[in-house]
Amino acid sequence: MMEEKHYCNPDKIYVSVKAVFYPDGGCKPTAVIWEDGREYEINRVTDIRRAASLKAGGVGIRYTCRVGNREVYLFLEEDRWFMEKKGTR
Amino acid sequence: MERVILHSDLNNFYASVECLHRPEIRNKAVAVCGDPAARHGIVLAKNYLAKESGIQTGEVIWQAQQKCPELVVVPPNYPLYLKFSRLARSIYASYTDQVEAFGLDEAWLDVTGSIHIFGSGIEMADEIRERIKLELGVSASVGVSYNKIFAKLGSDMKKPDATTIISKDNFKQTAWPLPASDLLYVGRATCRKFARWGISTIGDIAESDPLVLKARLGKWGEVLWSFANGYDRSPVVAMGEESIIKSVGNSITTPRDLENNEDVLLIIYALSESVAARLREHGFKCRTVHIHVRDKNLFTFGVQGKLLRPGNISNDIAEKAMALFRSHYSWAHPIRSIGVRGCDLIAADSHEQLSLFTDEEKRIKQEKIEATLDTLRCRFGHFSVQRAVLLKDRELGSINPKEEHIIHPLAFFKGGKLP
Repeated sequence: MMEEKHYCNPDKIYVSVKAVFYPDGGCKPTAVIWEDGREYEINRVTDIRRAASLKAGGVGIRYTCRVGNREVYLFLEEDRWFMEKKGTR
Repeated sequence: MERVILHSDLNNFYASVECLHRPEIRNKAVAVCGDPAARHGIVLAKNYLAKESGIQTGEVIWQAQQKCPELVVVPPNYPLYLKFSRLARSIYASYTDQVEAFGLDEAWLDVTGSIHIFGSGIEMADEIRERIKLELGVSASVGVSYNKIFAKLGSDMKKPDATTIISKDNFKQTAWPLPASDLLYVGRATCRKFARWGISTIGDIAESDPLVLKARLGKWGEVLWSFANGYDRSPVVAMGEESIIKSVGNSITTPRDLENNEDVLLIIYALSESVAARLREHGFKCRTVHIHVRDKNLFTFGVQGKLLRPGNISNDIAEKAMALFRSHYSWAHPIRSIGVRGCDLIAADSHEQLSLFTDEEKRIKQEKIEATLDTLRCRFGHFSVQRAVLLKDRELGSINPKEEHIIHPLAFFKGGKLP
């Protein structure tokens, strides 16, 4: 197959994610490691759905996560995780 | 019972997907264009801002840039469009299993059986549009009707992001005033004929005498008349992810004009290898080979011929294609593009009549060689094994039709058969 081109976009931040994979195939992210290396624990995942990110430019499975007392979106785009740069919502 | 058919059309599909992924160009005039260096430099899709400057699909890049100097030209990213097309289809699949794709960006849905679960056709259409917007970040227009033709007409009427209803009660007010050319299968040639006979709208077609239309246009005259009257009964063909394949073809606009039989032979080998490999991949053999030739003045013709026996070996296909070419082209002009297609397909493992007069062992050997080639290419890439003839001209020989050239348009009547 011809290779898919990827787009660079300053508002789309690919991040490392720690996650639990369940025996039934489900998956829940538990922590995000931001581009500067700091790790943020995800307290709760409140919503999971397919969604597009207009800000970051992309689509995927969107996890609405509670980090500290903030709500953030974490997107799983095929096999990579990304977040939108702040000031999104 | 009256059917409920939706036709969903993703607006400015390629351009919308590009704009979603590149926020920086979202508010500019954007055109997705082929590669001018490979002579594919035409507008494949454009967004609404580009449309406002009068840019049309199929125009060459410089024409488009003359109309709109600040036009942002981006190259196509087919794998991404395929992904979006799949995602859209999986949304459709949650409403019905009867989904018929028409190219990458359009699909018909027969939702007659789902109205008791998801509500009326209009409600489903609105929900689908909303989901496409939220989940895919692009917009869709949906037509709702009781047949496929009017559903498609509806999706074309209001863009972007709108639902249009053409019902038995309102089709005379909504569909009939539209120009005849809006009707599926009324192309430029038919349109010219219609104009000569004073037919300018869909209503005019509908109110013509079907026998007269048939006498003038043949079978299609009657078909178009029934389309215009909403009598189309063609079913939405339920399909899996993979559509029902009626033929396998590849064509290419070559990096330079082809000047002689040798050039053509080279391209035909490259195309035939791809066609044969794809036939094998899907478990088919073809009985007929069709070629399509366009010269540099854009004069186009197609011819087909039967193979002695069904096959999926590139040599057989290439030889047939070359024979067809030799007997039908006199080299009035250099050639710009060529296509090879295998049609009249049968399952590869179906029984066949062996011949006493051909060397079966040689044939089996050839089949083995080609299967080996498939494996090698799968493991080490397309160019790991090549025909020597392709090395004679690096520029022409370096094309990879199997992976780089995907043909999208599909026939409305699968296999070109009339209903």
